[in-house]
Amino acid sequence: MTATGNAEGFGASVKRKEDQRFLTGKGNYTDDINRRGQSYAHFVRSPHAHARIRGIDASAALAMPGVLTVLTGQDVAADKLGGLICGWTIHSKDGSPMKAPAHPILALDEVRFVGDHVAVVIAETASQAKDAAEAVAVDYDVLPAVVSTADAAKPGSPLVHADVPSNLCYQWELGDKAATEAAFKNAAHIVSLDLVNNRLIPNPMEPRAAVGDYDSGTGTFTLFTTSQNPHLARLVLSAFVGIAPEHKLRVVAPDVGGGFGSKIFIYSEEAVCVWAAKKVDRPVKWTSDRSEAFLSDAHGRDHVSHAELAVDAEGRFLGLHVRTTAAMGAYLHTFSAAVPTYLYGTLLAGQYTTPAIYVEVDAVFTNTAPVDAYRGAGRPEATYLLERIVECAARDLGKDPAELRRLNFIRKFPYATPVALEYDVGDFDASMDRALELAEYSTFPARKAEAARRGKLRGIGFSAYIEACGLAPSRVAGALGAGVGLFESAQVRFNPTGNVQVFTGCHSHGQGHETTYAQLVSEHLGVSLDNIEIIHGDTAQVQYGLGTYGSRSGSVGGSAIIKAADKIIAKGRKIVAYRMEASVDDIEFKAGVFKVAGTDKQMTIAEVAFNAYVPHNYPLEELEPGLDENAFYDPQNFTFPSGTHICEVEIDPETGVTQIVKFTAVDDFGRIINPMIVHGQVHGGIAQGIGQAMLEGCHYDEETGQLITGSFMDYCMPRADDLPNFTIDATETACTHNPIGVKGCGEAGAIGSPPAVINAVTDAIGIRHMDMPATPERVWRAIQSTRLPRAAE
Amino acid sequence: MYEFSYHKASSVAEAAGLIASHPDAKLMSGGQTLIPTLKQRLAAPSDVIDLSKIAELKGIKVAGNVVTIGAGTLHAEVAASKDVQAAIPALAALAGNIGDAQVRNRGTLGGSIANNDPAADYPGAVVALGATVITNKRRIAGDDFFTGMFETALEADEIVTAVEFPKAEKANYQKFPNPASRYAMVGAFVAKTASGVRVAITGAGPTVFRWNDAEAALSKSLTAAALDGVKASADNLNSDIHASADYRAHLIGVLAKRAVVALG
Ligand SMILES: Cc1cc2nc3c(=O)[nH]c(=O)nc-3n(C[C@H](O)[C@H](O)[C@H](O)COP(=O)(O)OP(=O)(O)OC[C@H]3O[C@@H](n4cnc5c(N)ncnc54)[C@H](O)[C@@H]3O)c2cc1C
Repeated sequence: MTATGNAEGFGASVKRKEDQRFLTGKGNYTDDINRRGQSYAHFVRSPHAHARIRGIDASAALAMPGVLTVLTGQDVAADKLGGLICGWTIHSKDGSPMKAPAHPILALDEVRFVGDHVAVVIAETASQAKDAAEAVAVDYDVLPAVVSTADAAKPGSPLVHADVPSNLCYQWELGDKAATEAAFKNAAHIVSLDLVNNRLIPNPMEPRAAVGDYDSGTGTFTLFTTSQNPHLARLVLSAFVGIAPEHKLRVVAPDVGGGFGSKIFIYSEEAVCVWAAKKVDRPVKWTSDRSEAFLSDAHGRDHVSHAELAVDAEGRFLGLHVRTTAAMGAYLHTFSAAVPTYLYGTLLAGQYTTPAIYVEVDAVFTNTAPVDAYRGAGRPEATYLLERIVECAARDLGKDPAELRRLNFIRKFPYATPVALEYDVGDFDASMDRALELAEYSTFPARKAEAARRGKLRGIGFSAYIEACGLAPSRVAGALGAGVGLFESAQVRFNPTGNVQVFTGCHSHGQGHETTYAQLVSEHLGVSLDNIEIIHGDTAQVQYGLGTYGSRSGSVGGSAIIKAADKIIAKGRKIVAYRMEASVDDIEFKAGVFKVAGTDKQMTIAEVAFNAYVPHNYPLEELEPGLDENAFYDPQNFTFPSGTHICEVEIDPETGVTQIVKFTAVDDFGRIINPMIVHGQVHGGIAQGIGQAMLEGCHYDEETGQLITGSFMDYCMPRADDLPNFTIDATETACTHNPIGVKGCGEAGAIGSPPAVINAVTDAIGIRHMDMPATPERVWRAIQSTRLPRAAE
Repeated sequence: MYEFSYHKASSVAEAAGLIASHPDAKLMSGGQTLIPTLKQRLAAPSDVIDLSKIAELKGIKVAGNVVTIGAGTLHAEVAASKDVQAAIPALAALAGNIGDAQVRNRGTLGGSIANNDPAADYPGAVVALGATVITNKRRIAGDDFFTGMFETALEADEIVTAVEFPKAEKANYQKFPNPASRYAMVGAFVAKTASGVRVAITGAGPTVFRWNDAEAALSKSLTAAALDGVKASADNLNSDIHASADYRAHLIGVLAKRAVVALG
């Protein structure tokens, strides 16, 4: 696609159309939706990490004011509803499928984490429901629990599910074991590293909410919910939970205040609200409070890994062996099995030519909230591990970390990695060069010396990441165990007056689709932005779609829109040919105007649209009325954004307080539709990555399984004053296999930044490794450890 | 929250009458601690007696060597007060660093000290400056007021009406904020007062305490170097996911030194 000079099209930083309503308080979120006769749900949640339910006595609750009903797992079972599912089946080394224990929407006989859903009270008001929930008497037989990822599979650990031995969900492998072992035999150096990827709690600004509604006149259910992918919610609630057939279930995801992955998933609460709506014949609303969100939103990350890198005498990487234990939490979740496998192991080549890679992942159940995709999903874990061990290699070998990376860069594309991906394009030198320049790497020693004179420790750290996004070629996903296709659909509809409605399956919850998609259409069809409306989030309006995650909306959703727009152009050419009595082959289209080649005969696309709806005398055998096309686009490959992040920190050695003084990110996202929006995505992503590296960490009490970080008093979110001004730039190699050349930018910031931060902190202190988050105490202790030997001298 | 009856008191006497006749009532000033507690259903008072509209609890007066601050005075008002800034700049600075702007515009001195959160800032000032807490019943020396974690010398129906802060010759407060809550993980308030050097440590232990060893050393020489070799004991200090007792003990030393340096 070539730029037409459209000031609102490709490459223009136009302001976000959606911000008018968001910034003036006119957004319409799920909690803003109130249905006539609405009742309210409150969930009774387990106070124990693991317990058998001996019985539930709801009689006192039922007698309380305003209570309509109390429903439990027994009621779910009586209605023969199915449970929540994991949409991806992973197979173990021995070929056996993963263990997928039942996950009922209300616990039947056992609870497995603090916050697990035991029962629901439906009442006239939210506070009546809450009051009555306290009166539901649950008789628990408390069982031993395990919350530690590292300990879960150890002999003697309590079993989360009695029928899952050693708590092992699966034992997966990828890569060539023999070749990797051989590489280690030939190595001049072996660099090894143990690390933890800390568990995170997503905390989108808007907590989850749901309103279930049932129309007994038509037998139709409607669910308004905080979802990143309403069609997937409908599919799961219909096909697996069995609430209603798809054509009798409408799912609407209105404005959604952030998700970061946590709203991809299909949760108990929304299933219960829509199911209960029929049982009480009233709309049922539930809005999570922040405490519930901490307990019951799916968490992210949570890996414990051991890695070894084989290196030759010059510093070339020969082989990588990784062993990871990944927590699943108490139950498998919508995508959880895929995250530490196909979204993780496949990324371990990074930007490097390492010829042999072998990765083993044990997924374990623990008595904690389920763990699923969280911004980056698997790729941050891979990038952190790889960029940490590469940094250790540079330190162990006494090499410049930038040069060691460069020595190993992939430079020939397409490149087939030893871990199942084929990178179509990239230029890792370009982003590294630009980042080094912007970060003023060459003068770092002077800054370090100056900081030392002020008594401060200054360090610099790199991260050269690559990630796979644009989920996903259905062919590949299917071969790897996905239960759904991962195409995207789009419909482009011209109204008779020439304006355009575009229907997309990619929901927008902060990404700015309503602007960027409009820009794509504006560029492609020559229609002004004001005349384009993007419609998403409603299964009754949008034909189909797989939703927004995995940075897929631009590359997959955008390509679907272009495909539909191309059909509009094709149809328009037919109409113009007919009207102008010319041959279709002679009709040219550019910037919104159809022309008969070599003549001055032309029609604007708006005129064509009007004509299409006034089809007087159309040869109906050859030409249908209307200008409304849909398309399904299935990508040929993943897209591979990459880049270099460089972090510079200064540490106060007396207290361990670490300040990020400079952060540089140079990313290659392929072609960029709206640079301002992309910058926003990068800023947010880096902030989240710095949050993981410096501040955030979910803690459960090892003894009781209680969530210790259950509020913002203890769970530390990044704030503006924790962050420096970011220095951001882009290099560009266009994606080769989609029509718009875009790769995706939504997660890269959170993927690339954590290792850059830890590499900088450890560089400043002069140690090899420190686990995230680099809290003041951890940093202070690490500094103490470097000083002990000297004190002993 | 659970249901309760709400009373808006218009005088201390009225509030005292209400609290005496409603044994399960709670006083409320800024509500910055009480309301979240109610919302999380961690307390179920029968009645809430709102002190925030009582004029006699508000205001700042300087008379001679004493700064008297009404219990209902907002943190933001203390921070912005020219009188406090001139008389005890460290106190104004402390108030200006509590929580965030919203909290400072609701939270009060009386509520803060009555609550006695171990991580609160004001207790450090009350103790280090040798302040006197005035209630509707009596005067309580700052040293005697804070008795334990979330515990004070107040009786169940006693209302803090003001705090008298004697001016200090020099004073400084150094706060190490908890990264998550931004309350004090450790705070060190050092003051050179008419009765000698006083060092109060907040955030680190179950309640504010005076660091006697540091006071002794600084009484001989009010210099950071005087604290070399003076180590705070980690015994009885708080330990949690944010900071171990050892680390808190270390921070006490660092912050106390920094406060001394800042005294000038
Ligand atoms: C987000 C947040 C951040 C915060 N950060 C900090 C911080 O960094 N440092 C810090 O020190 N504090 C901090 N606080 C606490 C805040 O500063 C208030 O001082 C504190 O919440 C209590 O003051 P209040 O006026 O709101 O009291 P309330 O919440 O109204 O009352 C607290 C308690 O004191 C009792 N009480 C109130 N007034 C009186 C009185 N006159 N006599 C007797 N008893 C009384 C009440 O019965 C109640 O038990 C923070 C609070 C929040 C919400």
